[in-house]
Amino acid sequence: MKIAFTTTGDSVDSPFETRFGRTPRLLIYDLETDAGVAIDNSENAASAHGAGRRTAQTIARSGATGLVTGNCGPKALEVLTSAGIIVYTTSASTVADALAQFRRGELQQLSGDGPSSHDSRPGA
Amino acid sequence: MILAVASGKGGTGKTTLALSMAGALGGGTLLLDCDVEEPDAHLFLPGKMEHLRTVYIPVPQVDQELCDACGRCAEFCQYGAILSMPGGARVFPEICHGCGGCARICPRSAIREVDWRIGVIEETRHKGIRLVHGRLDVGIPMAVPLIRAVRGFDDGSCTVIIDAPPGTSCSAAAAVRNTDYVVLVAEPTPFGLHDFRLAVELIRHFRIPFGAVINRTGEEDAGVGLFCAAEKIPILAEIPEERRIAEAYSIGRLPAEVCPGFAERISRLIEGIPGLGQHAAELFSNTHTGTGQPDTGRDAAAR
Repeated sequence: MKIAFTTTGDSVDSPFETRFGRTPRLLIYDLETDAGVAIDNSENAASAHGAGRRTAQTIARSGATGLVTGNCGPKALEVLTSAGIIVYTTSASTVADALAQFRRGELQQLSGDGPSSHDSRPGA
Repeated sequence: MILAVASGKGGTGKTTLALSMAGALGGGTLLLDCDVEEPDAHLFLPGKMEHLRTVYIPVPQVDQELCDACGRCAEFCQYGAILSMPGGARVFPEICHGCGGCARICPRSAIREVDWRIGVIEETRHKGIRLVHGRLDVGIPMAVPLIRAVRGFDDGSCTVIIDAPPGTSCSAAAAVRNTDYVVLVAEPTPFGLHDFRLAVELIRHFRIPFGAVINRTGEEDAGVGLFCAAEKIPILAEIPEERRIAEAYSIGRLPAEVCPGFAERISRLIEGIPGLGQHAAELFSNTHTGTGQPDTGRDAAAR
């Protein structure tokens, strides 16, 4: 099973990135082989519009079935969910920390309500 | 001649000015309200808007049986309006710009274009002025194709005044490009000056001759006058802030109806615009030497 992590670097020791659509890079981690493949997301991140959806596309095409990130907008979340990708949220400082949290089952899934929306209204 | 009335900041008085100019120019003028997200010129004219046309843009439709998720369509699209997912291609019509590239490039010919409605075009006539406006459907973000469709009603046979949307983004650009002259309406406030500078940059980018109208002048002008002097921008008119103009406007009446002197400022403004002036001076003197009705239709336009 492969899990994608939003990050600024190329390895599990790299800092974790909380942003989704504008993340500079992605690390696709294979839980079976413990191997990570880094993907450059800078072209998607530079889009004026649709950065989140494009990044979702990249993740879907990588074969990952899970995503660990900080937050994700509703449009991108819909694309991910319709591709069968489960989205988890954390504010870990490195990919390794986020991976450990994931393995311990400590991570919350993003449901599409509350903080996953870019709406800043309180209680929304 | 095609003239556009534009601004940086919204609410400076473009529509009021465009209508007033059309009224002064009289019969045969075509007024195109290109503020398709919120057309409001019609609020000052009696009579209903009549439906002319529904406007559509071509968006992709994917035959998922033929699609093999090769990704070429998504790679081509500059807007992210089509994504290639393992399960098939997904289309987001609201950001599609209708270029047709994905359909062309698909190696499996799995994409065809279908019509997607974005809005309508309506018209009304009053005292020899024809008003045509575009009205974007609620929820549609794609204004430019509708603006282009509204501009398509200019057949070159008469003077055209375009009431442009505010701002300096795609919509404003689509309204002002390929016109003969732009009147920029400026508000003499700090925000007004800030946005006026941006609008000047846009018009200069298109290399269209332009002049300024400073609207709602009072004791302070926030430096708009100085800016125009420094940049050698002709000031075609300065219109003082007057409560009775706001009162008239709030009940759908134009300033010239309640404010003597306003009509005079508009004629001088028209005279200050190269190409428009001669035509207007003739009309103005006709209406003021007691020939009765303003010229209508073809005669005025043909001069």
